[in-house]
Amino acid sequence: MPKNNDIKKVLVIGSGPIVIGQAAEFDYAGVQACRALKEEGINVVLVNSNPATIMTDENIADKVYIEPLTIEAFEYIINKERPDGLIASLGGQTGLNLAVSLYEKGILDKYNVKLLGTKIEAIKNAEDRELFKELMLEIGEPIPASKTVSTLDEALDFAGQIGFPLIIRPAYTLGGSGGGIASNRQEFEEIVHSGLLRSPISQVLIEKSIAGYKEIEYEVMRDANDTAIAICNMENIDPIGIHTGDSFVVAPSQTLTNKEYQMLRTSALKIIRALKIEGGCNVQYALDTVSNQYYVIEVNPRVSRSSALASKATGFPIAKVTTKIAIGYHLHEIPNAITRKTVAAFEPALDYVVTKIPKWPFDKFAQGDRLLGTKMKATGEVMAIGRTFESSFKKAVTAMEDKNTGLVRRKYMQLSDDELKALLHVQDDRRIFRVAEALTRRISVDEINHITKIDKWFIYKIKNLVDFEQRLKGEILTPELYKEAKEKGFLDAEIAVFSRKKLSDIEKIKEEAGVKASFKIVDTCAAEFQAYTPYYYSTYGEYDENTTDKDREGILILGSGPIRIGQGIEFDYCSVHAAWAVRENGYKSLIVNSNPETLSTDFDVADKLFFEPMNIEYIMNIVDSEKPKGVMVQFGGQTAINLAPKLKERGVDIIGTSLESINIAEDRKLFEKLLRDLNIPQPEGRAVRKVEEAIKAHQELGFPLLVRPSYVIGGRGMQVVYNEDEMLTYFNSALKFSDEHPVLIDQYIEGKEVELDAISDGENVLIPGITEHIERAGVHSGDSMAIYPTQKVKPEVIENLVDYTNKIARALKIKGLMNIQFVLKDDIAYVIEVNPRASRTVPIMSKVTNTPMVEIGINAALGKSIVEQGYTPGLVEKTSLVCVKVPVFSFQKLNRIDPALAPEMKSTGEVLGVDTSFERALVKGFLAAGYTFPERRGDVLLSLNNHNKPQSEDIARTLVELGYRIIATTGTHNYLESQGIQSKEIENFDMEKIQESMKKKKLCFVINTPTSNANSARLGSENRGFLIRTIAEMYSTPCFTSIDTARAYLKAMKYYITHPELTYDSIDMYRKIKECI
Amino acid sequence: MAKLLLDNGRVFEGKSIGAEGTSFGEICFNTSMAGYQEILTDPSYAEQVIVMTYPEIGNYGLNKDDFECSKVNATGLVIKNYCEKESHYKSSMTLSEYLNKNGIVAISGVDTRELTTVIRETGAMNCVITTGEITDELKEQLKKYSMSKDVALNVSRKNIEHLSGKGPKIGLIDVGVKKSIIDNFRIHDCDLTIYPGDVLAEEMLKKDFDAVVISNGPGDPQDAVKTINTVKELVGKIPLYGICLGYQILCIVLGAKTYKLKYGHRGANHPVINLETNKVFITSQNHGYATDITTLPSNCIPTYKNLNDDTLEGFRCPELDIEAVQFHPEAAPGPSDANLIINQWVAQIIQRKKDKGFFSKFSIKEIMEKLSRGKENAKK
Repeated sequence: MPKNNDIKKVLVIGSGPIVIGQAAEFDYAGVQACRALKEEGINVVLVNSNPATIMTDENIADKVYIEPLTIEAFEYIINKERPDGLIASLGGQTGLNLAVSLYEKGILDKYNVKLLGTKIEAIKNAEDRELFKELMLEIGEPIPASKTVSTLDEALDFAGQIGFPLIIRPAYTLGGSGGGIASNRQEFEEIVHSGLLRSPISQVLIEKSIAGYKEIEYEVMRDANDTAIAICNMENIDPIGIHTGDSFVVAPSQTLTNKEYQMLRTSALKIIRALKIEGGCNVQYALDTVSNQYYVIEVNPRVSRSSALASKATGFPIAKVTTKIAIGYHLHEIPNAITRKTVAAFEPALDYVVTKIPKWPFDKFAQGDRLLGTKMKATGEVMAIGRTFESSFKKAVTAMEDKNTGLVRRKYMQLSDDELKALLHVQDDRRIFRVAEALTRRISVDEINHITKIDKWFIYKIKNLVDFEQRLKGEILTPELYKEAKEKGFLDAEIAVFSRKKLSDIEKIKEEAGVKASFKIVDTCAAEFQAYTPYYYSTYGEYDENTTDKDREGILILGSGPIRIGQGIEFDYCSVHAAWAVRENGYKSLIVNSNPETLSTDFDVADKLFFEPMNIEYIMNIVDSEKPKGVMVQFGGQTAINLAPKLKERGVDIIGTSLESINIAEDRKLFEKLLRDLNIPQPEGRAVRKVEEAIKAHQELGFPLLVRPSYVIGGRGMQVVYNEDEMLTYFNSALKFSDEHPVLIDQYIEGKEVELDAISDGENVLIPGITEHIERAGVHSGDSMAIYPTQKVKPEVIENLVDYTNKIARALKIKGLMNIQFVLKDDIAYVIEVNPRASRTVPIMSKVTNTPMVEIGINAALGKSIVEQGYTPGLVEKTSLVCVKVPVFSFQKLNRIDPALAPEMKSTGEVLGVDTSFERALVKGFLAAGYTFPERRGDVLLSLNNHNKPQSEDIARTLVELGYRIIATTGTHNYLESQGIQSKEIENFDMEKIQESMKKKKLCFVINTPTSNANSARLGSENRGFLIRTIAEMYSTPCFTSIDTARAYLKAMKYYITHPELTYDSIDMYRKIKECI
Repeated sequence: MAKLLLDNGRVFEGKSIGAEGTSFGEICFNTSMAGYQEILTDPSYAEQVIVMTYPEIGNYGLNKDDFECSKVNATGLVIKNYCEKESHYKSSMTLSEYLNKNGIVAISGVDTRELTTVIRETGAMNCVITTGEITDELKEQLKKYSMSKDVALNVSRKNIEHLSGKGPKIGLIDVGVKKSIIDNFRIHDCDLTIYPGDVLAEEMLKKDFDAVVISNGPGDPQDAVKTINTVKELVGKIPLYGICLGYQILCIVLGAKTYKLKYGHRGANHPVINLETNKVFITSQNHGYATDITTLPSNCIPTYKNLNDDTLEGFRCPELDIEAVQFHPEAAPGPSDANLIINQWVAQIIQRKKDKGFFSKFSIKEIMEKLSRGKENAKK
């Protein structure tokens, strides 16, 4: 059936802020959807609260609403836009849940909006545990036996029927705490007992244990014609027991015979047909290792993280095809863009191996619980493509951007065999490296398999790599050995270390051996048909398929690698825009990135895509093959900036701001001197390399001080210290991750933080806008709420900011984008940071000021002045639009992390509240971030540090005025009493009482400010404030850890009480409304 | 070391992972990502050297359940990366052990993607694979080599085999039958009598079969002269079904023309559309020849078409009770989506038996109508 012509306008739901488990893959899916709809002439209305996405660009949809993803907002927008249809399956779980709610509330019916693609019944059948169980029984597909129980007797009864081992999962506990696997009755009783105690609803799920089974996934699709196909299957290297998002994964499966592969494929197609899904769907299986018994674990009736991975792994655009199916097409009517002669009704054949490795935030959260289980903890992932498993796996490990690229790591070498074996049992993010270490010691493959349940095939393959490493260490590096090393995926830098040679010697051998990387195409069909995709990966010792046409010069854009805290989707936004802008300038755009979740790695964004690790050797391979005019490093975050010196060393041109300028901005001394020369105020600071120097520095500068290592992402390791003790504690732990670079110590000025992004052509500067942070300095800018335009900054101060920006841009000869952070105190603007690159706020500022920053920046970098581009230098005039950015965190997914705001970034995503008044934008910002303004006025817990007590009197009074009852810990209670404000005292931090009131939902929210960051870091879980904050996370009780955030929330609430009727508009309309209310 | 020499002069080198020796064949690639055991033992690959496009081969070893035939029929194997250590609970030997045992020459470490591209661009050609040197003599031998005209009879059984069952009585002509085809009929408890490819028609007609099935097999269908002659005499006298080579033989018997494809269809991902129901499914394919759809006689209805290149994939002839498909409904390796075709055939056979008549109940007019609809669909 061809396209349904009744559908003229479609509403697309985005997935909201980036949180763990729901990341950039839905921006990628959403953009594909919008484009697929637009190319059919369909009018697209997009709603998403996440301003860092590409999908919220005004050229992606016809109308873009950056509004909270609430039912109220959707009803308003649907009423206004009157779309014919709605696509639910592309906005992650958020989009799916919203669509179901809109349907259930009768809103879709009321406004006659058709749910396109997968229907409500199908969604419910897949999502509802009981309905799904019934359906599986009906069609004869096995699922692990399970039962929800609320007493030990019920549990024992079930155990009697099923037998051990059994998995116990307490309902609603953080990180599945209190659960476990029981292999006998005694263990079972213990775990069930504690699980029931810990579950807030006194419920546990008992499930037949299939831990140790192989975990296999199928990405399948179906259309209304009942054609069903399998796009890709994937095998987790980690067996069942670790969330697939936290597992090392390969595609296609490696250890399945054809019969097993087909058995599961047949089952997946049977399920997608039974569910009547129209579009993409993911089915997860557990497969026994010694029989053909399998179980269906989970079905996701929508486009997912796995489907983004499958799309990149195969070249098959799942989201795009899902969209075409949703508007009526059948699979065999949709052309295959890669071969241009075949259709989408086929199954990709791979002639390479894909490896995915998750990127975890544990490098940032040193205290975080690294154990992996059924709850996903990774913030992002890397993917690598190789012609063998060995090369693919090696590449993926390199792409993780760890300090080490090798498999055998120093830290495990000191362990005894017994210690190592004991640690092999521990399922955490580093287990694979312990497996590698075990293999160097002749601990047998069988034994490792027995302990880890990792299939022997993978262990043998890793052993091949470990053994080869030994050969490199022991043998003379002949050209033949070198060649083999390259084919196995070893880096020159590693070969140099193993063979105890200099990198330059290796390069000589490389030349002598005539070894050169070649590139292969990802073509969906294993070369059966000619492909037209410009989607490449590198390999060694094979035929090179990369043909470089000479008609246009290329420019290589460095992507930002895996999504991590502090380096997220915003850089994908920048990379994608950079690719478009480079092309607009008549150059061939080349992108390199290692992240499968992004739009930048979609094969039709750049003229050529290189799916490679963000590692200098791989990037030089591309440079050597393509011989581009130069490389753009300013759009890929710190990852790309860090590669700049290495590129320069190898004679590669950096387009835009020079490396010298980057160095000045990043080097403490040079930067201080620059500001001094320009007569721009700055907090005084020192760069120190020794403890003695640090002591001297604090004696000169005084406390409080801000300490941090240089060259870092997202303020990693940054802290405010108030005394020498705290400083020394920090310093001792911090130095180890900055041996190459010094630790920076600055005066900490507790003032208002202000930030701007600017574009410079080396002469003039264009500043789209200036934002003002709600939280005072000391909270990382990525974790601060921010307002545009500034509300409380005097015009003369703004003039200063513009003047300083001009001076800095000229002095650094910035060509392209830059970001400056200031702190204002007593109307003096101190410059605290200059980033000579695109920053986190570029997408937001581009959208709210309607200034295509990346494009202007690239034009400037390529020699077109701001004036030539038709812009007036200086600060862009503000419009009626006001917006508030609110950060969003993923603490519930990570155990043992202190949720308190600090100089170190912790948020994973952000939302934007947009309107024409500050108050309304603020209200929307909070709503979009998931806060509510309930009518009920219960208790509020106040527990403040001494520093904040005097600053919070107004907050306490507002709480009383709004009708809340204040509960306060002793110190805070005493302070409030002294100010004549009534509160109920909780003596001695009675945690049980606090937990009880959270459990019973008596507490509406908590305001708790940490005593000091150093303290909470040092004392960890012993710290009482830390406990309050983590318990609040566990019970989803809002917890404000900065009094500024709390004050803003109460301001929003007060406004909302009197103005509950919000209106919603597309972003362009906010800018057009001239009359501010 | 082992070497592969193509007829166009290209040489690929790699490591020998099979037997010592030299063998000739037609080079062809298969894009299945699993199933090397089934492929190696599929008789349709007789006198062919197989290139697996999927690079990791040998992963799960070999097991006793997945053989398509008791011996290796391919004459050589070319792969990218050999997994020396296999891992599977059913595995009874490694691929290398198996190849050695069966005297098959095999190479690993070849850029199979480049090789595939060469085959795709140049078209099917002969090759020699050797663990020795490529001498002028060898080159000369390759020039002279051509696939045996009797390749199908060579892989066919020499004796009649009877597998009794309570279901319909079926005669099966083995021109290289895969075990899975037999298994698929056996699932329905068919009573199978399997004949060599050169069986005479009168011998089969004596048996009072409910239907005769002509199997898959290797080679150019036009070379299968003896089988063609036998089938000619069966037409109209007994319902006939064909798979792959069996389908091509039926096409020839009915007057259609077959031709050699540039590089064949070999893989587990071929989309096929049913021209009568418009349903699409993914099939397992292995053929180097196709039937020219325009030469299909008017009493035949095209039933399936390949969505990749629009070639004909099946037909039926109601007035003569003939149905056949080019692809492999028995899969092995590949998806079993098309399994239902064998189910339908068996159901048809049983139904006809009940109706006590072989021939179609359709009137000529109805057949003509169906014919034109089929043609129209085919054009689309």
